[in-house]
Amino acid sequence: MDTLLSGFQILAQWDVFAALVIGSIGGVIIGALPGVGPAVAIAILLPATFAFEPIVGLTLLLGIYGSSMYGGAIPAILINTPGTPVNALTTYDGYPMTKRKEGHRALSLAYTASFFGGIFSVICLILLAPLLALIAPHFGSREIFLAAFMGILLVVVAHRGQTFAAGMLACFGIFLNTVGLEPVKYTKRFTFDQSWLSSGFDLIVVVLGLFALSQAFLLLIEKDHAPRETHVQGSMLSGVKELLGIKRIATVSSSLGVLMGMIPGVGEFTAQFLSYTYAQKTSKTPGTFGKGSPEGLVASEAANNAVPGAAMIPLLALGIPGEALTAMMLSVFYVHNVIPGPQLFETQLDFVMALYLALILLNVIVLVFLLFSTNLLLKIIQIPTRFLGMMILTLSFIGVYSLRNSITDCAIAAGFGVFGLILKRLNLPIVPIILGMVLGGIMEVKLRAAMAAVKTPIDFISRPIAAIIFVMIIGIVVLHIRTLILEQKAKQKPEPLGPDYEHSSQQG
Amino acid sequence: MTRIKYFQELFQRYRRPGDLVFAIIFLLFALFLLSQLGEQTKWVKRTKWFGQPSLWPSIAVWGMVIFGAFHLLGSMVSPRIYGRLKEVLFWLRSLEYVLYFLAYVAIVPLAGYLPSTILFAVFIILRAGFRRPQQLALAALFATCIALIFRGFLQVKIPAGEIYQHLPDALRAFALTYL
Repeated sequence: MDTLLSGFQILAQWDVFAALVIGSIGGVIIGALPGVGPAVAIAILLPATFAFEPIVGLTLLLGIYGSSMYGGAIPAILINTPGTPVNALTTYDGYPMTKRKEGHRALSLAYTASFFGGIFSVICLILLAPLLALIAPHFGSREIFLAAFMGILLVVVAHRGQTFAAGMLACFGIFLNTVGLEPVKYTKRFTFDQSWLSSGFDLIVVVLGLFALSQAFLLLIEKDHAPRETHVQGSMLSGVKELLGIKRIATVSSSLGVLMGMIPGVGEFTAQFLSYTYAQKTSKTPGTFGKGSPEGLVASEAANNAVPGAAMIPLLALGIPGEALTAMMLSVFYVHNVIPGPQLFETQLDFVMALYLALILLNVIVLVFLLFSTNLLLKIIQIPTRFLGMMILTLSFIGVYSLRNSITDCAIAAGFGVFGLILKRLNLPIVPIILGMVLGGIMEVKLRAAMAAVKTPIDFISRPIAAIIFVMIIGIVVLHIRTLILEQKAKQKPEPLGPDYEHSSQQG
Repeated sequence: MTRIKYFQELFQRYRRPGDLVFAIIFLLFALFLLSQLGEQTKWVKRTKWFGQPSLWPSIAVWGMVIFGAFHLLGSMVSPRIYGRLKEVLFWLRSLEYVLYFLAYVAIVPLAGYLPSTILFAVFIILRAGFRRPQQLALAALFATCIALIFRGFLQVKIPAGEIYQHLPDALRAFALTYL
């Protein structure tokens, strides 16, 4: 209870609260703009947050992360264009509802389902916090190494049909992290005697290039278009009553969101896939799915909004980011010399509580904001895409240049911008590169530390948690191979061919 | 024949035009890194395998080569999609904007953040095909707001422009600090 009160006190500081409000409302607007996702916004704002206290910077970024999917549902439902990639599934049932002149009903339901998912995940986190505080100290170097390895493995196998691409890009990320002067033996790795390579590739420079600059280039080159004008009428509160009628689906979807959010390397897409499948299989009217089913809409929105809260668990408790956005947040911790991990739960539980409370508050702020300003947002999102491209390009400059005032950094970021553009055009995933960079570094350090105490190979997995993670890793590999064999036997391709089955591999 | 068909089915995957070009370039890059592994990383004496500086680059590069080879294989056995050249030209078109971006980066320390940002935003908007005065004014307004918020208000670390040194005394200090 004391930690909860301390958490409230931290949040009550004016700068933290201001960051929360700006982040939440800014996140909704960013999410609602097709072409700009939370990853672009977080990448741009990241260097600016280094000047703030860690809690202020993190609250701002968390606000954007947690609220962008609310905003993303608006164009997904009303104009069949997902605001963020994770809202793509929302278009399946949201847009058909709009075509039936039920756009207002669909939006209201999406908001309440998102709110339910968001709050549900934070309640789970608060209830889990004491348990985490108990378990986290048992995570030593070998456990963290295994968990990071599991994260890499999961991000590769989770990209079904693109496993090889995800694998090579994750390895590319690990490679990028190794370039430069290695800090233990002081040897150079892949520097080719170039001074600009000696300090290696900065994560923020790579992130800004891959997410922000690539998006700016893409928007500036592709054909210009602007979302068409539309508006909704009526009270947005009607969804509450309807959601109560399908609370089973909302609860299961949110639980799946929490579960998938906690596992590194998985995230929103898998949570949505599982919850949507569950909702369809248990529905009395499975035939309506994809044609404007409120249950399908709730399954999609409740699941994806439950993920951000849960994704903070591996980040805070183990220092392991599960996806690109939390990987970016990790750098905020590092810059301020706050090392997330087991000790954070032991020594700074009030800080963790403040973040959880911030998540609850952001859901409330966003819901209240959306209840009154959906039509205003619909006007804002009519910015032409090429104008948006110019805005991202201008903002990206601040992100890269303010780091060290280095022209080289800007050139490297621009290079990664072109690389990111190619990946986006080919619909190849960017997230494995970022996770490879971050988790690769963690694995290198933790393996070195862990092996110092290991006499025989079996020692590595002799501790209970290490053994559990090891069994999970084996299970993931076996299950993946089994799925591939079953798919082959059933004459199914790993990924169906043809544009009708295409889905985005991008995050944020 | 059945075996070949089965092999093709096993590795066939969804892809977009240009995938083959990317897969070839990526594999060639990975093979180049592999050829440099011995040269660019060191195997240190009296150090166990897990502490070797070359361990993680080796894992990464071998992973790039193996996964990259399978990715290329998947691309080669899948049905051809037309539009490869058009797609590669699309990628190359981004270099034009890279050039503008780097020119902007080079100009900022000389012309100052506010003037160069206004210039850059208006130029990009013109290049993107916007011609109406309101659109250009909006781009200039956006650039002004960004410059004032980030350099003036948030004091983000961006050097003052050399051109500011030539401003009248009263304006110089203000420009050096806030613009």
